[in-house]
Amino acid sequence: MTDDQPLENASARQEDRARRYWRENVKLLLVLLSIWFIVSFGAGILFVDALNAVKIGGFKLGFWFAQQGSIVVFVILIFVYAFRMKKIDKRFGASGK
Amino acid sequence: MDAQLLTYIFVGLSFALYIGIAIWSRAGSTSEFYVAGGHVHPIANGMATAADWMSAASFISMAGIIAFAGYDASVYLMGWTGGYVLLALLLAPYLRKFGQFTVPDFIGERYYSKAARVVAVICLIVVSFTYIAGQMRGVGVVFSRFLEMPIEWGVVTGMGVVFFYAVLGGMKGITYTQVAQYCVLIFAYLVPAIFISILMTGNPVPQLGLGSGVVGEGISVLEKLDGALVDLGFSAFTAGTKSTIDVFAITLALMVGTAGLPHVIVRFFTVPHVADARMSAGYALVFIAILYTTAPAVGAFARLNFIDSVHQQPYAEAPQWVKSWEGIGLIAWLDKNGDGVIQYAPGAPFEGRPEYAEGTGANGERLLTNAPTENANEISVDRDIMVLANPEIAGLPAWVIALVAAGGVAAALSTAAGLLLVISTAISHDLLKKTFRPQITEKTELMAARGAAAAAILVAGYLGINPPGFVAQVVALAFGLAAASLFPAILMGIFFKHINREGAVAGMLAGLVFTLAYIVYFKSPWFGAVNDAQHWLFGISPEGIGAIGMMLNFIAAIAVSRFTSPTPAGVRDMVDAIRIPEDA
Repeated sequence: MTDDQPLENASARQEDRARRYWRENVKLLLVLLSIWFIVSFGAGILFVDALNAVKIGGFKLGFWFAQQGSIVVFVILIFVYAFRMKKIDKRFGASGK
Repeated sequence: MDAQLLTYIFVGLSFALYIGIAIWSRAGSTSEFYVAGGHVHPIANGMATAADWMSAASFISMAGIIAFAGYDASVYLMGWTGGYVLLALLLAPYLRKFGQFTVPDFIGERYYSKAARVVAVICLIVVSFTYIAGQMRGVGVVFSRFLEMPIEWGVVTGMGVVFFYAVLGGMKGITYTQVAQYCVLIFAYLVPAIFISILMTGNPVPQLGLGSGVVGEGISVLEKLDGALVDLGFSAFTAGTKSTIDVFAITLALMVGTAGLPHVIVRFFTVPHVADARMSAGYALVFIAILYTTAPAVGAFARLNFIDSVHQQPYAEAPQWVKSWEGIGLIAWLDKNGDGVIQYAPGAPFEGRPEYAEGTGANGERLLTNAPTENANEISVDRDIMVLANPEIAGLPAWVIALVAAGGVAAALSTAAGLLLVISTAISHDLLKKTFRPQITEKTELMAARGAAAAAILVAGYLGINPPGFVAQVVALAFGLAAASLFPAILMGIFFKHINREGAVAGMLAGLVFTLAYIVYFKSPWFGAVNDAQHWLFGISPEGIGAIGMMLNFIAAIAVSRFTSPTPAGVRDMVDAIRIPEDA
């Protein structure tokens, strides 16, 4: 990193760092929320009839997403967010501990 | 030992456990009373959140709703879980970083306004009281059904136990009690579900059993159920009857409402760090998902069992559980064609709720005074009995029935306690300390919090014993209002710096007034409105209207903020600070 820059730039760098941290966070949020929308409102509601034509095991796929699949994906999404953010926090030195 | 005695023992033991935990973890400071000192481990907090979240409705009613509504019940499954994704990604980490005690705390400081704080307190109290009235009723119903005491005494007993540990222990006592309550309720839910899944499909995992082959037949549970229902003239279990736009709106309103419920949000103020808040939401959803993914299986098994053991069955040979639930008025059979055989078909078998006459009919059934309807259906069943009757239907031992009773009580009490705490906190902290009497000491504030909790319990108990006319509908109201008022205000507070005081207050009021007016217009008896799809706005039912209220909130907030003075620099700095976990 650029440790040899003059001191008056420190607060500007700090601000820039905060902005980049926030942008990464929002980018990750948007990706995960798109998946959230697709599995529940997409697969479970809007396209449920089309997906019901597909059968996996004894389940119609659309019905499965509406009653079980979406919930499983929700759990995964939260943990993916928690772990990715932990990494981002560490990279920006913002772990808060 | 008989089921009655075992139930007394199980429920009594669980109460002793809760009270013991309350004594061990009583609160000594306002911080411990409001947010358990901020020292709760994320996994413990996840369990407490799950118990807080899963009410008597989740435990008792949900599987029954799924059993009889099939695909249409997906709105609850997705709605009440998807909200945790919003909570974990959009609200919890930043509110934890903000680091105070309540939701109105955040709204008051972020929008630099006592008015905004008071509006938030009003939203919070309306939401929490509508929700809690149903909980106290739930406590009463479980008590009266399993312990055969009047509903009033059930409510009073529940009030006494909640009073003890909520007033004494505050958030700290509630949190550790809820951990114990989660363990009781999930064990009580899974044991019968696993037994039934093994009996029906040979698969011990109910979630998989739902799609597994029925023992001795070549088709899965769902396929068999679809076929059986269509043969009887119902729509298939996996097909819906609601319009797509309504399903969409209800799911959205429930998700956003879940994320905006104050008693859920405040749980994330109790963990030590921002990273813990994210993880804790994940754990909470795991613990919730264990029950929520089991519920569709329980519902489908129960419906299939019900059809198998009832339809075209001579009443005299019907299983014992049909007669015992008929005995307490939750199943009713009207032999319309006089053949002594039970016929099950779509539609209500008779007008209104069952009204029993004295004496019994030719087959030993309880006689009814209701006027019969035209259709072929002869049997009515209260859908709430599905979870409660499951152990009997599957022929499980008496201790499982006692366990289910203790689980139902745990579910209702844990939710009631969490709601009572946010109400008392809003009064002692947000109204008293932060708005009207800032000079009071911490000791006085703590006393006020305890007093407010005690008063809230009395009001909730009164509402439980004397439910307002349309109490069954109040849960829709709670979610709709949370979705339309609190969620957008918090979200914009974190993600949009330019939303100012005027915008936030205008937005909250717009969402609150619109949603409240729409629900009251269609659900209350005062306006004589016809509550059906043709009269609804865009075909959206009152259950889903919070989704529109939320959009109105966003629009009003953004529009008003454009034409009023910008957010002060100090507030912008505060928003910058809560966006980053570090304590710099």
